[in-house]
Amino acid sequence: MRRLSIAEALREGIAEEMRRDPAVFCLGEDIAVPGGWGGAFTVTLGLETEFPDRMLNTPIAELGFFGAAVGAAVAGMRPIADVQYGDFLFLAMDQIVNNAAKLRYMSGGTIAVPLVMRAPIGATGRGSQHAQSMERYFTGVPGLKVVAVSNAYDAKGVLKSAVRDDNPVLMFEHKLLYGSKGARIEPGAVDATSDVPDGDYTVPLDRAAVRREGAHVTVLAWLLMAHFAAQAAEQLAAEGIDVEVIDVRSLSPIDYETIGASVRKTGRVVIVEEGPRVGGVSAEIAAGLMEHCGESLLAPVVRVASPDVPVPFTPILENAYRPDVPRIVEGVRRVLRP
Amino acid sequence: MPHPTESLGEHAQHLLDRYPAPFLLGLYERMVVIREFEEGVKFLFLEGSMPGTIHQCQGQEATAVGVCSALEEGDFITSTFRGHGHALAKGLSVESLLFELFGASTGCCKGKGGSMHVGDMDKGMVPGIAIVGGGIPLAAGMALAYKMRKEPRVVACFFGDGAVAEGAFHEGVNLAAIWDLPVVFVCENNLYGASTRVDLVMRNERIAERAATYGIRGQTVDGNDVLAVHQATLTAVDECRHGKGPVLLELLTYRRTGHSRRDPCHYQPQDERDTWLQRDPIDRFGGLLIELGVAAAGALDQIRADVQTRFQDAVVEARHQPLPTLADLTTDVLA
Ligand SMILES: Cc1ncc(C[n+]2csc(CCOP(=O)(O)OP(=O)(O)O)c2C)c(N)n1
Repeated sequence: MRRLSIAEALREGIAEEMRRDPAVFCLGEDIAVPGGWGGAFTVTLGLETEFPDRMLNTPIAELGFFGAAVGAAVAGMRPIADVQYGDFLFLAMDQIVNNAAKLRYMSGGTIAVPLVMRAPIGATGRGSQHAQSMERYFTGVPGLKVVAVSNAYDAKGVLKSAVRDDNPVLMFEHKLLYGSKGARIEPGAVDATSDVPDGDYTVPLDRAAVRREGAHVTVLAWLLMAHFAAQAAEQLAAEGIDVEVIDVRSLSPIDYETIGASVRKTGRVVIVEEGPRVGGVSAEIAAGLMEHCGESLLAPVVRVASPDVPVPFTPILENAYRPDVPRIVEGVRRVLRP
Repeated sequence: MPHPTESLGEHAQHLLDRYPAPFLLGLYERMVVIREFEEGVKFLFLEGSMPGTIHQCQGQEATAVGVCSALEEGDFITSTFRGHGHALAKGLSVESLLFELFGASTGCCKGKGGSMHVGDMDKGMVPGIAIVGGGIPLAAGMALAYKMRKEPRVVACFFGDGAVAEGAFHEGVNLAAIWDLPVVFVCENNLYGASTRVDLVMRNERIAERAATYGIRGQTVDGNDVLAVHQATLTAVDECRHGKGPVLLELLTYRRTGHSRRDPCHYQPQDERDTWLQRDPIDRFGGLLIELGVAAAGALDQIRADVQTRFQDAVVEARHQPLPTLADLTTDVLA
């Protein structure tokens, strides 16, 4: 066991998978540059020394290299494509949605697209075009698996599962959780390090994780919000409110088994989402809960999300935009109100 | 690439006939404003008093100033995440830019844009598009509007060498080409896209040569020579205004800072850096002005000192600007 950051855990996971399977390779911008960064957040730093032929630095051409990744996957490779900021997934959208996600179905199951796509998200003082939480745009795409990792253990285990999965998997990571070191460290970062075992292990792509058990309210969150939810739960515990915190983790498909069991126990749900409220993943989860265990709900579901605006630059507005611990605490109080 | 100072002599009079002294001094001052702005902002970031991230353009002043000085008031520019220089060259004030970087409601985008999105439609500048290549089709669309309305306006569209790998570059330039749109595509080839050197991601030697594949004119220019940039842009703008369609200008320059605030820039070879530092656009142009007898060294020093003072005054003001209120979070979303 060692304590690793998410960036370190991902790097280790990628290296191990590349050692295990020669079909695995990485492509993306600013990877494998001597003296460079290892991608925007150091995840692939140094991997080119061990795998000089399998770390491909691409031009700034997201549609092109995501499309090439889909093609390589169709032809039997297992690419890991890194988009520097999730926002740029929009440039690759056509290849992801129209090709990666549909080729298996369109071909009557004769094509597999074993592709991993990694995308950092979250508001971090960069203005509207490098800040979005874009899970919402992909969870509704049939043929795509969507996961979000919030600690180092999960990051490595989920990555390994994603690489071994025969479907396109989109993995969301949060810029404030990487724990990148040195020059690439993010101001305002949250500690998402965890103990990571030495040997091989995987974390399933379709399972939520109960982070804290509680009896009164279920709080559902992912990525940065999972950390804020845990902090809110601590604070509420001091007042005698017992919160169960679930890291939803698999955003498509959603694990209603784990979540449903919790809701049947507590009867009250708060869903926390960093992105805007309208059309959010939380909307899908709220509706899914009605279908799966609506009869167990003792109060209407409460959502804590950002307002329906682009992410502002100025810190005073960015902080007001993104849900925080006080707003989650308030949400829990609201769902408990008789 | 030859530089005016290397072949002055008989050309001196020619240059002076063509460019009156106040104009030349104006170019010089604009470049110094940009340099001092960027150096000052760098300090403010290191000091920790400024939020966000920054992409700076020290050493690229001649591209911004050379291009914008060839535009007329009604002409527009589009810009990128590295837009401070473009903004200052297009006539945004140091104050409105600085206030924006401080996140103040008096900034050019009311604090909502930030460093990567500076601009001001009243000054003819669309706020920076931070998605690489994203401004290229947009510029074509603006030019399309001018053409449809028969307005004699031109758009100068700034982007980096990295942007030419994007589909948006191909699609935008091709549209402008087939519709003969008045766009000057300005590629600031500073040799790097983030940490990646241009030759790692491009087989072509010259970006300007790509123009031929779209059936338009392309030209490579010394981007550290403000007069060369100005002259090339003037010609391109003139062609655009006469309906001869778009032009692709490749301006050779160098990114001497890290890509963004926290990039130590370890991937640039030292000898390459040294070579380019010696081709400083401001020093070179200053030397020319002295040789031409347009200004004495002391006068140029005075310009720099005045610019520094004005910048420091703006910083003092910036620290006292009002911030947006929470009510501003939900304004400006829809018309
Ligand atoms: C579509 C897109 N992909 C990636 C990025 C991340 N990124 C920001 S700037 C940059 C390099 C741009 O290089 P270039 O176009 O040459 O401009 P320069 O920085 O040299 O001014 C990259 C990769 C981005 N902003 N947008």
